[in-house]
Amino acid sequence: MTVGVKPASARRLAGGSPTLLRGLPRLPWIWAAAGCVALLLCCAIGVLAGPVHIGLGTVARALLAPLPWFGTASSIDPGQANILWSLRFPRVVLGVLVGGTLAVAGAAYQGVFRNPLADPYLLGAAAGANLGATLAIAFAPGTSVSGINIVPLAAFVGAGAAVAGAYALGRSVTGLRSATGLILAGVAIATFFNSIQSYVQQTQTSSIRMVYSWILGRLVTAGWDDVLLVLPYVALSVAVIFLHRRLLDALTLGEDEITSLGISTRRIRLIVVVAATLGTAAVVAVGGTIAFVGIIIPHTIRLLVGRSYRVVIPLSVLFGAAFLVLADTAARTIVAPAELPIGVITAFLGAPFFIVVMRSTRGAPL
Amino acid sequence: MSSVVLTSVSVGYEGRPVVRDLDLTVASGEWLSLIGPNGAGKTTILRAIARLVPFQGDIVIGGHPVTGLSSRNLARGIAMLVQEPQMPAGMTVAQYVLLGRSPHLGYLGRESSHDRRVVKDVLRRLALDELAARSLDKLSGGERQRAAIARALAQGAPVLLIDEPTTSLDVGRQQSVLELIDQLRHEQELTVIAAMHELTLAGQYSDRLALLVEGRLVATGTAAQVLTEPTISAHYGAEVRVIDMNGSGTAVVPVRR
Repeated sequence: MTVGVKPASARRLAGGSPTLLRGLPRLPWIWAAAGCVALLLCCAIGVLAGPVHIGLGTVARALLAPLPWFGTASSIDPGQANILWSLRFPRVVLGVLVGGTLAVAGAAYQGVFRNPLADPYLLGAAAGANLGATLAIAFAPGTSVSGINIVPLAAFVGAGAAVAGAYALGRSVTGLRSATGLILAGVAIATFFNSIQSYVQQTQTSSIRMVYSWILGRLVTAGWDDVLLVLPYVALSVAVIFLHRRLLDALTLGEDEITSLGISTRRIRLIVVVAATLGTAAVVAVGGTIAFVGIIIPHTIRLLVGRSYRVVIPLSVLFGAAFLVLADTAARTIVAPAELPIGVITAFLGAPFFIVVMRSTRGAPL
Repeated sequence: MSSVVLTSVSVGYEGRPVVRDLDLTVASGEWLSLIGPNGAGKTTILRAIARLVPFQGDIVIGGHPVTGLSSRNLARGIAMLVQEPQMPAGMTVAQYVLLGRSPHLGYLGRESSHDRRVVKDVLRRLALDELAARSLDKLSGGERQRAAIARALAQGAPVLLIDEPTTSLDVGRQQSVLELIDQLRHEQELTVIAAMHELTLAGQYSDRLALLVEGRLVATGTAAQVLTEPTISAHYGAEVRVIDMNGSGTAVVPVRR
C-alpha cells in the first residue's frame, strides 16, 4: 500500500467547491420536522384528552382569544376556557419543559462523563430533590413562600445542594481530573441523602404516601406558577448545553488528544454540569424524579439518527418534550379519574420501546 | 521559527523520575526520533513538550516557553499524534479531522468556511477525500492512521509530535505512514519529533536520533553514529547486526543468541 501526498496540480484538478465538505454532521431536516410534528401532535393530544370533552376548534379559539385582533373570546364557553387555561395548557407546557430538559440534560451528562448510562440524576440531583421534598412534606406541609408551595422550592434547593456537594467532594479528591471521581462522589452523596430521606420517611409515616407520590413524578398540580418558576432555569440550561454541541463532540476523543487541541475538559465539564444540573433541579422541583427520559431519548436518537451532539441535542429537546407530554397524557387517562405516577408510565412505555430500537439497530454503537 | 529546545528537563510520576535533566535541541524542519528501550521516557518527553505532564526545566518552542503559552496558542504551535488515537464510533472522517481546527476557534465558536477549506485540502492531500463521510469505525488500520495524521495536520501547527506512529501496522503500512509524514514535513517545513520503537525505520527516516535510557540521554547523532552494535547491545541488551545498505540507510537486524 502506498499513500502519497497528492501534488498541487492534482489537488486543483480534484475540483468541487472549496468549502463544501462532505461528511459533516447536520441536523437532518426530516428528523427535525418529524420532531416538531411529534411535539405538536403530542401537545394536541395532551390538550384534548381529559374528562371534559373539548374540541380542537375550541382549543384553537382559546389559544387565539388573548390576541387583540381575534375577537373570539366571547364564543368560548367560560368553563371550557378555564379548564384549558388553568389546567390543560400549563400542564402540557410544563410537560414540554420537563421532558425537553430531562432529555437534553441526560445527553449532556452522557457527553461530559463519557458514560452511556449517565442520566440527569447522576450527581445526586434526584436524591437531593427527594430529600428536600420529603422534609417539606413531612415537616411543613401546605406551607408557601411568596405564594409558591414549599415542596418544589425545597426539592430545588435539595437537588442543587446534592450536586454542589458531589462536585466539591469530587474536586477535593481527584481535582476533577477524572470523571470517575466525580461520579463516585455523586454516588456517595446520593446514598447519604437517600439514607436521611429513608430515616425521615420511617419516622414520619403519615406522610409516606405523599412522599412516594412525589418521588414517582407527577404534573398533576401544574399551573402557570410552576411554568414561570422553571422557565428561566430551563431556558438557560438548554441554551448553554445547545452552545456546547461542538465541544461535546470533541469530548469523545481521548483525554490527551482533547488537551493537545487546546480544549479544557475541566472547563467544559464544569459549565455543562452546572447548566444540566440547574435545568434538572428546576424540573425535578415541579415534576418529581421522572426516570428514564434522560437515557432513552438521547440513546434512541443516537441509534436512529446519529451520534453527533449537533444532532442529539436539538432532537433530544423535541422528542423528549413530545415523549413526556404523551406519557403524562397516558398517566392521567389510563385509570381516570385516578392518575398514575408519570415515572411509572415513562418506564413502562420507554423500556420496551428502547428494547425494540436496540434490537432493530443491532450492531450500532451506543 | 519552529525549533524545539529542551533545557534541563526532568519529569517524574509520583516521585519516581522518568526523565532526568534532559538537554535537547531540535532545529526547525528537522526530524528527530527518540529511541530507547521500554520505559526509557520517550513518550513522557513528548507529553512534556505538549504540556500534558508537569515538568521541571525549560521547554521553548520557536522562542516561546511552552509554560507561558495559553492552551490554544500551544495547540496552534504543537500538534500531537498519540500512540493509539481514540476514534469515536459513528464519527465521520471529516468531522474527526475538523476537530483539529479547534485551536483556531473561540470557546463556543463554530468552524468557518476557511476551516472547512483547510480540512478539505488536508483530506485531499492524504487521499482521504473519498472517505470523508465514512464512519471512523469502518476504516482499516492504515486509513485510521491517515485520519489521525490528517487531524494533526489540520491543526496547522509547525511542530508535530508523534508517538510510535507505526505500532500495530504491517511493514507496508509502516513504510507508507512514514513516507507520508516525511513528504508532509518537507512540503510544510514541519519539525517532527517522534518516539520510535522500530530502529531501522527510525534510522531511515530521521535526520537525527536521540537514544534514551532510563530517562537519560545517552547518545545523539545520525543513524550511523547512534545505531552501532555495541551501543544497541549495551542499552537494549540485544544481539544485533547493523548493516549499512549502501546509501539506503542502516538496517538493524536481531540475531539469535
